[in-house]
Amino acid sequence: MLREMGLKSVDELFRGIPTNLQLKRPLQIPPAKAESEALGYFRAMAEKNETPVTGRKMASFLGAGAYHHFIPTVIDTLISRSEFYTSYTPYQPEISQGTLQAIFEYQTMICELTGMDVSNASLYDGSTATAEAVLMAERVTNRTKVALAGNIHPEYIEVVDTYIRNAGISKVTLPFNEETGTLRLDALNGLSEEIGAVIVQSPNFFGGIEELQRIAEATHRIGALFVVVVSEALSLGLLQSPGRAGADIVCGETQSFGIPISFGGSYCGFFATREKYQRQIPGRLVGMAHDEQGRAGFVLTLATREQHIRREKATSNICTNQGLYALMSTVYLSTMGKRGVREVAEQNLQKAHYAARQIAALDQYQLRFGSKFFNEFVISGPLPASELLQRLREQEIIGGLELSRFFPEMKNELLVCVTEVTSRGDIDRLVAALKSIGSSTNR
Amino acid sequence: MIRKVSTHINQNEGLIFERSRPGRVGYRLPDLDVEAVPVESLLEGRNLRDDSLSGLPEVSEVDVIRHFTRISTWNYAVDLGMYPLGSCTMKYNPKLNERVSRFDGFAAAHPYTPDELAQGNLQLLYDLERSLCEITGLAAVSLQPAAGAQGEMTGLMTIRKCLESRGDARKYVIIPDSAHGTNPASAAICGYQVKTIKSGPDGSVDLENLKNVLDQDVAALMLTNPSTLGLFEEKIEEICRLVHEAGGLVYMDGANMNALVGVTRPGDMGVDVIHLNLHKTFSTPHGGGGPGAGPIAVTSELEPFLPFPRVVAEQGVDGQTTFRLDYNRPQSVGRVRAFHGNFSVLVRALCYIVSLGPDGLREATETAVLNANYIAHHLKDDYEIAYDGKPMHEVVFTDKRQQAYGVHTLDIAKRLIDYGFHPMTVYFPLIVPGAIMIEPTESEGREEIDLFIDALKSIAREARENPELVKKAPHQTRIGRLDEATAARKPVLRWRPATSAAGQK
Repeated sequence: MLREMGLKSVDELFRGIPTNLQLKRPLQIPPAKAESEALGYFRAMAEKNETPVTGRKMASFLGAGAYHHFIPTVIDTLISRSEFYTSYTPYQPEISQGTLQAIFEYQTMICELTGMDVSNASLYDGSTATAEAVLMAERVTNRTKVALAGNIHPEYIEVVDTYIRNAGISKVTLPFNEETGTLRLDALNGLSEEIGAVIVQSPNFFGGIEELQRIAEATHRIGALFVVVVSEALSLGLLQSPGRAGADIVCGETQSFGIPISFGGSYCGFFATREKYQRQIPGRLVGMAHDEQGRAGFVLTLATREQHIRREKATSNICTNQGLYALMSTVYLSTMGKRGVREVAEQNLQKAHYAARQIAALDQYQLRFGSKFFNEFVISGPLPASELLQRLREQEIIGGLELSRFFPEMKNELLVCVTEVTSRGDIDRLVAALKSIGSSTNR
Repeated sequence: MIRKVSTHINQNEGLIFERSRPGRVGYRLPDLDVEAVPVESLLEGRNLRDDSLSGLPEVSEVDVIRHFTRISTWNYAVDLGMYPLGSCTMKYNPKLNERVSRFDGFAAAHPYTPDELAQGNLQLLYDLERSLCEITGLAAVSLQPAAGAQGEMTGLMTIRKCLESRGDARKYVIIPDSAHGTNPASAAICGYQVKTIKSGPDGSVDLENLKNVLDQDVAALMLTNPSTLGLFEEKIEEICRLVHEAGGLVYMDGANMNALVGVTRPGDMGVDVIHLNLHKTFSTPHGGGGPGAGPIAVTSELEPFLPFPRVVAEQGVDGQTTFRLDYNRPQSVGRVRAFHGNFSVLVRALCYIVSLGPDGLREATETAVLNANYIAHHLKDDYEIAYDGKPMHEVVFTDKRQQAYGVHTLDIAKRLIDYGFHPMTVYFPLIVPGAIMIEPTESEGREEIDLFIDALKSIAREARENPELVKKAPHQTRIGRLDEATAARKPVLRWRPATSAAGQK
């Protein structure tokens, strides 16, 4: 090849780089590993992680925005097809109909679950979807303030803070009720008309279910958009769709639909809204189209909203999103289907409530909040949650998330999540361990 | 003479909803192992769903497998052949990466696992950060951004925070008109106004134009190196010097890093921040539109401003290194996403680096540049090159010669599909009319590249001798060019029972 080009060595191809900038030494990283060596290296690394299926296989009651759920085998089979995972963004629809149709199906299912008219093709995750909802509310209402419930996932709030800091948008925090853990409805009286959106999460960070309809009414009275964030997507299998309750934007996370928990990523943010706002929605959209012969197909559409056309006036800077993971969720929803999603959601509900009942029956533990919940709840115990967790670990249990991590005043509070993959045996073990830790503290 | 592809029987398939039949099931869950209590006693009636999820399909496992397998066969993919997409670096996705990312220790780990129980994952993040520091020649890396665009935003935010700490965040970001659309979009989110400067004909930053706009209000210059025309920014050191003298910082869009790895380093050029696209340069799969990852690398001065948490390595008394997450970062720009980043993508990227090592990484770069130059050399006679310089890993042509026959870039792209390839990047960069941007990557062997060259030469001939053939392409696909204009006027963005795609293909 070099000869055909009249060159003698590859080095000649880099002559455009100033000599002083050319590296004269190899990169200081370890020499290449053969396949078997690389496998050994990563296996050793993976084994240094405790998960419900590795190491001591500790039972985990962690939730808080990332959920252990059953993942049907067919998902990995299908997304491992080269045509799905090694394909490019479907800018050339004639040879991307597989990807485009799958996204169209995803968009449809998200609309069904959320009760909205239009969904995009995915965003990075639930936290950035929330941030994008804030930015969209500002575009739609031209108001530069948003109200965020104080019981939204704290990391989602941190992300919103980062996104709005220089975007000319400010936020007010809506307080939650100390008894119920849910949004204080009286705080919605006298909401300023400068507010463009009221944003709540349901189930909220503490697992409680919010009074969406009443919040919607208060929000619409001041002409703001009502945004509902859902971080535990499986709750949509049982709970009323936010659309029915009056939401204008529903966004969140589809990790619970067939996506491995994978130390926090990759996940898949979903974003859905009413038809009247469809030209303000961020992210890619797939629509139906026809060719000259009338054959129906799918195509990326309404691209004039996006960065490659509108540049600094785009609705979002997003380009690459989470395409393959939206596909995983689509396969999940297809496989589980109408009955399966409901059945999984019900198992979550029943197991979590079983656990809550057993724990509440223990002398030294209470359910901290009195609201209805789906699969997560907060307990208060006789000692600081961080110590409690340490003691539980000695019994091979990861008991949940200590709330003091985000709410320093909640020292003894623990966020416990129970899903369909948590066995009764593990729940009973947790209860027994809590009991014995409690009684040993009593002395 | 089309040698790469033939037409073949290919399965039709409707929408998954059209396969739905009441009562079909594709799953089995274990029986509930706790006492069931009436749902209405656990949740208020008004909180319960009342539509019985009728919008979701009821299909069997066979239905699911057939459906998605069939529609997958309608896609082109890297595993089928080359993607000559300039600026996208569609290189081969090593299968070892796939296997490793699926290890339970990685895939089943909760992000809030206590640090002591997540040492493997923390070590992985740390090792990847260190590798990317060495590759970029910069001091610190954040792996949190989920994609290139988010990396750009995060990078600009660190610049802003740094300037604020110096006393003035300033107002403008300078962006050459050859830049990718995400650049100005990201600047806007950071509260900066964009000043566009005209690039040189080779896509480079024009020094005079730059000097004219550099003042006390300029926060940063965003540039791409090699430029979006595939040419190395020879004056990069001077550019960085000028911007620094004016009190600004230099942001480099790392989308074209595939021309530089192991050969030269942005940090050595004077760049302050660079984002990397792991789904480009570092081989993680494109997935039909994501996920990717867009980590940023920064100078030591900018390190305190990186997103939190950061992975910290500590040497114990026993010589063992332990890793922990440090949330105490008072000067940080904040968090740009929940948890730690697109971890499953990060695993793949580290596996790629580990598998190639320093020699492999350099060889990949050399091969990528060699392949692009080879293509440039052989197509120069048929297509007008946008700028006659020494391209690096990608080369840009225009459709100037073909326009004489009424054939445009879009037509050439569509006709390339008939030859069995995915089209090259079209109409980018904006400064080249009818841009045709070709990037073969190092993954392509000579056979595939020669087929590609032959295809484009043949299309150039067709443009002269039979332009209609090119203008009406593609001819061999399941579906022809779609009427995107009508689709945008009356968008149909979801299925409803009245919509049907089945039977029309």
